[in-house]
Amino acid sequence: MNDGLQWSWETAWEALPTLLEGFFTVTLVVTVAGSAIAVVLGLVIAMVRRVAPRPIAGIVTFFVNFIRMTPIVVQLMFAYFFFLSFDALTIGIAVFGIHYATYMAEVYRAGIDAVPRGQWEAATALSLSRGRTWGAVILPQAIRATVPALGNYVISMLKDTPFLIAITVSDMVSNALEFGGDHFRYLEPITLAGIIFLVASYPASVLIRRLEKRLEYAS
Amino acid sequence: MDDLEALGAALPQIWQGLGITLLLTVCGALLAFVLAVGLGLGARAQNVIVRGASRVVIEFFRGTSLVVQLFFLFFVMPQLGLKLPAILCGIIGLGLNYGAYGAEVVRGSINSVPAGQWEASTALSLTRTQRMWRVIFPQAWALMIPSLNNLLIQLLKGTAIVGFITLFDLTVALDKLRIATDTFFFGAVGMVLYFAIAYVLTLAMNALEVRAKHRLGRGESLRDALRFRAPVTKGRTAA
Repeated sequence: MNDGLQWSWETAWEALPTLLEGFFTVTLVVTVAGSAIAVVLGLVIAMVRRVAPRPIAGIVTFFVNFIRMTPIVVQLMFAYFFFLSFDALTIGIAVFGIHYATYMAEVYRAGIDAVPRGQWEAATALSLSRGRTWGAVILPQAIRATVPALGNYVISMLKDTPFLIAITVSDMVSNALEFGGDHFRYLEPITLAGIIFLVASYPASVLIRRLEKRLEYAS
Repeated sequence: MDDLEALGAALPQIWQGLGITLLLTVCGALLAFVLAVGLGLGARAQNVIVRGASRVVIEFFRGTSLVVQLFFLFFVMPQLGLKLPAILCGIIGLGLNYGAYGAEVVRGSINSVPAGQWEASTALSLTRTQRMWRVIFPQAWALMIPSLNNLLIQLLKGTAIVGFITLFDLTVALDKLRIATDTFFFGAVGMVLYFAIAYVLTLAMNALEVRAKHRLGRGESLRDALRFRAPVTKGRTAA
């Protein structure tokens, strides 16, 4: 226990399977499913705020601000104890999806605002219906420009998944803690957990930056 | 009424938890700000070593989850022979993580100050430091406040996890309240409290933004700072 000063490859090797298991069964699952919800729900929120009658849009805006400004940990705890009949992982996915949807809604809003006015006028001139104007003209342009920003939120969702510890879901990091507790060595499992996050998120963030640059030049 | 009684009974604990949350937020934000400016300037230094080192630090702390960093400070550092009190772990963890994010904001804002400003300040033969601190940074500062505000709110929300490293913060106090009351009540009280803190921070940052813009001669009355949304600057061309 006092020999914790030295990095031990043996311990690291021993800890790796449980970390990877946590990563693939929880961390990745929540990130992928949560992003899927957030990407779709975010667009719905952005559209509702833009086309719905004022009182409804106002209510949605209030909830969006409320969710954005309160910690996801508290939201997780709240949902977990409020919907006791659902299992914790489902609740985790739903809360992550809804929480990040409120951020992504802002991204979509900016993307929609960035579509030049002329495009709207052209759609009107061609007497396209409202649905066609959105579906065939505005959204394809708006969404293409939002891809990098959405990607950034997916990466930060990945790094927020350890918050699931609050509702007893064991992800990679809680597996690392448990391993550390069992073996009286925290150095290897926690360092490895950090490295796995880095390996998972760094290439993605480089890719997003490159994409961002390319879209900048294109526009 | 039972709920209110329970809330009354839990009030000292909530008060104490609120204190920890605010302490972490303020100290964490101060550390993060210092690091953000340092690393942000470092990331655009001419010296390759300084620039490279800044980039590595930024990517490292942005890339490896805040929770992992806190656990490293709290669980691993003692094994390496450095035992820090939990509150210090919290402040350092939050400061390093959000400081790294802030560095990108600082760097981006400095980069978006128009090139003409650099040329003009060179033409006035100001030194490098003078150019940065008297001409460029004040303009970048006005640009970076909205993003720094977002980060500040995120930092506040990030403090909700310090319960895992044995700190009795607002979230832990609320969890105690949950046992005494029903779930809906604890959730409502908790989220309203966090929302209130975030709202006050946003107002303060909006005021700061108005002041920063006013100093650049794009003045607006402070009344706009009391709005929920970020103030709109008219007339960017105003001299």
